[in-house]
Amino acid sequence: MSIGASGELADVSGLQDLASGDARRRLNRYLVIGMTIVGLIVFTALVSFIWTPYDPTEVDAEARLLEPSTSHVLGADKFGRDVLSQLMWGARTTLFVGVVAVGVAALIGTPLGILAGMFPRWADELVMRSNDLLLAFPALLLAIMFGAVFGASTLTAMLAIGIATVPAFARIARSGTLQVMSREYVLAARAAGRPRFAIARRHVLPNIAPLLIVQSSVAFGIAVLAEAALSFLGFGTRPPNPSWGRMLQESQELLHSAPLLSVWPGLAIALAVLGFNLLGDGLRDHFDPRLDDRR
Amino acid sequence: MLPALLRRTAVFLASVVVASVLVFGFMAVLPGDPAEVALGVNASPEAVAEVRAEFGTDRSKPVQYADWAGGLSVGDFGVSYVTQESVGTQINERMQVTLILVLAAMIVSLAIALPLGTIAAARHKKASGVALSAASQVGAAVPAFLAGILLVAVFSVQLGWFPSSGWTPPDEGFGDFLRQLILPAISLGVVEGAVLTRYVRSAVLEVLREDFLRTARAKGLTPNQALVWHGLRNAAIPVITVLGLQLSTLLIGAVVIERVYVIPGLGSLLLDGVSNRDLLLVQGVVMVLVVAVLIVNYLVDVLYVVIDPRLRRS
Amino acid sequence: MNANTHASADSGVDAAQGALAEPVLAVEGLGIRSGDLRLVSDVGFSLGAGERVGIIGESGSGKSLTALATMGLLPDGLTASGSVRLAGVEQELLSAGERQLARIRGHRASMVFQEPMTALNPLMRVGDQVAEVMLRHDTRPDKRGAADAAVDLLGRVRLSDPTAAAKAYPHQLSGGQRQRVMLAIALANDPSVLICDEPTTALDVTVQAQMLDLILEGVAARRSALLFITHDLAVVAQVCERVIVLYGGRVVEAGPVWDVFTNPRHRYLEGLLAASDLEHGSADGRLSTIRGAVPGAGQFPAGCVFRNRCDHATERCESLPPWAGAPQHGFACWHPAGGERA
Repeated sequence: MSIGASGELADVSGLQDLASGDARRRLNRYLVIGMTIVGLIVFTALVSFIWTPYDPTEVDAEARLLEPSTSHVLGADKFGRDVLSQLMWGARTTLFVGVVAVGVAALIGTPLGILAGMFPRWADELVMRSNDLLLAFPALLLAIMFGAVFGASTLTAMLAIGIATVPAFARIARSGTLQVMSREYVLAARAAGRPRFAIARRHVLPNIAPLLIVQSSVAFGIAVLAEAALSFLGFGTRPPNPSWGRMLQESQELLHSAPLLSVWPGLAIALAVLGFNLLGDGLRDHFDPRLDDRR
Repeated sequence: MLPALLRRTAVFLASVVVASVLVFGFMAVLPGDPAEVALGVNASPEAVAEVRAEFGTDRSKPVQYADWAGGLSVGDFGVSYVTQESVGTQINERMQVTLILVLAAMIVSLAIALPLGTIAAARHKKASGVALSAASQVGAAVPAFLAGILLVAVFSVQLGWFPSSGWTPPDEGFGDFLRQLILPAISLGVVEGAVLTRYVRSAVLEVLREDFLRTARAKGLTPNQALVWHGLRNAAIPVITVLGLQLSTLLIGAVVIERVYVIPGLGSLLLDGVSNRDLLLVQGVVMVLVVAVLIVNYLVDVLYVVIDPRLRRS
Repeated sequence: MNANTHASADSGVDAAQGALAEPVLAVEGLGIRSGDLRLVSDVGFSLGAGERVGIIGESGSGKSLTALATMGLLPDGLTASGSVRLAGVEQELLSAGERQLARIRGHRASMVFQEPMTALNPLMRVGDQVAEVMLRHDTRPDKRGAADAAVDLLGRVRLSDPTAAAKAYPHQLSGGQRQRVMLAIALANDPSVLICDEPTTALDVTVQAQMLDLILEGVAARRSALLFITHDLAVVAQVCERVIVLYGGRVVEAGPVWDVFTNPRHRYLEGLLAASDLEHGSADGRLSTIRGAVPGAGQFPAGCVFRNRCDHATERCESLPPWAGAPQHGFACWHPAGGERA
């Protein structure tokens, strides 16, 4: 112990963490709720592969516009198709679109962002300008364009949403990479002549992984919203494949006679988005408790 | 300040040019010949060739691009191959509608987010702050069109207070115009307001932990005074970024809302154009939307340079 | 015997008188808790007009918290008990309302913090930030007067070209310059107490000496009391007349600087001073240290807070040693250096 040297000084901010200790308990709640909701949706989708109350594409003239009852727990739509079964299959579409869109965005955006962070001189400017340009093409716009040229389908929707989400991943990967690259052990490694790609693999990826996971969850929520909007407009999943967004569109004209038909898919969409958002927030706080106030 | 501004202007102009290339190039992939589509399957090759020359689609793609882009820079969007109407005129009419809708929605969302986000941050450890934060989480998860449908279900179908569709220009009946504007503006505005609230809250929270806030209190300012005089201006910086981003979300959200409420705006024009395979129309509308976003981002950048003295060199 | 090498002949007399006259700042039985954790216990001291008192301690000793508590600036979640009184203010400060405290801060009592780089608002001109503290407390007739006074104050903290400095933004100034601005702000309204929490720790060594001079000049010109918090024994010896030694959130020794530093009684202070003596190590030629490490917050042992690191601890030390000596000159130790307690 030495005198006069400034060791770790009275860290009042550290005491701030002490004071907000109960905030950390509050955080895990977000994670738990988020995981529960997402888990529920995944579970529903999985179950739908094995069993649904009815075949969601089966038309039944007798059951048209049936109110919720013992035979159709959530009622039936204007073609007599069971609402609950449609919701369950719709969960599949939702998750599928989310996974592919987020996958595309992460696989393209992450390397770009890392490149930008590792080679600040030439790659950075290029990547960031391209990012800004791509941001001017929101997911829905891209999907409409794709649909116009290639014909609308789940595939075009997924790809479009994925490409539109690339900038978000690139940005996160870039800022995370910049932080890691400026850390002392990385500077030491570079001074010792380690090639940059080895450094990327060893130091950058593991350190930015938590950021990417959080971003994936948030992006998933956005993808769900985008897919629902696209299906609503007719640019997403084509019939007869069930989709929550299309269920909403079909129910719109029946608001006078069967308003409940709008509630179920709407609730499903909102719940899914909420779940992924909460999950993202919970993960963010879990990985870096110091940021607990930034929820 | 000037070099910084010039640089950003140059980037903006370059982006517009690149965007136009991207849009044109993408739509050029569209299969099918507009001349054939216009004349029908049974047209003779000569007739098709004639029409092609008329449309200008017999020229090479780069030349067509130059022609189109050149036209754009003077505001000429060309004449539709399908409807024979001026694309520019249609866009102009519809754009006013969409702009009004987006503006109204933005006012709603700001009116919600700025006060609520600040309160949520200032009281973030108390029950009211936590409740606000939770409410904004839920609000942000609701898609705008869902909000639209629900609002129609309640206020139009059930209560009959507002119409469920339609649009009257303000000069043709201000009362009707307002009545038809309210539900769509709220559908779009409230949802975006919830999203914006979360950003405002987080920006203000960031600022609350800053040392200079503590200095302000040590000078004798009350916590509220410190927040308003020192905090908000600094929190404005991240909020302005988000506002810029929000605009592109609002523009696209308007596309969907126009479908819900049957409003004749740019969104419906775009969707109609796609259904009709009206190439020039779609190109034109997409460019307008994209350039609108680019302009807003450019303005945000400029605003930064003006507000934050640290950015004024280079 | 006046051993204050930096004090003028006058202040020696003043110090004695200050102790007798009504103190400007009186702290008694101050305790600070975070939930169940006790961070500071039973801290007491007082400052007379123009007195310069230092609080010495390492991180975890509670010195910064003590300072923050006197200004009512403790972070959320920490509560303070005991008594803090300021001369001329009837209300007990620890229970005063926010509005009353806001009237006192920056006016009767001011504080300079440790980190100058983040202490100023990056979007406001420096002169405006200095003027603000005067306008807030109405100590200048109008905006023009405050602006002029700001330039004057910046000159008095020896910023070259104070007019330009006033128009500048914080990012255009160095750390040392920004800290001088903070000092100007703190002294603008002639406070009766100036509290400095490690004001030179974040500065370059070459700039530190100048900053200390400015502080001494500033408080002398205004006859303000100075409460100087630091971990640096050398600085305390230079700047202060009296010193209070904190360890584990408790006052373990206090008294005039010269007395306390040449004849430490508490074993902790003895160890501190021995460790800073680079010439005389222990028998085997190594530098002397205090064994062990400072425990984490709230984890200090019951009874004497130092006993788990003290070579002279006995069973007796399991109970809290009482204060021996006068309130401002004494120690709390069962087995002090220099023989058993009188």
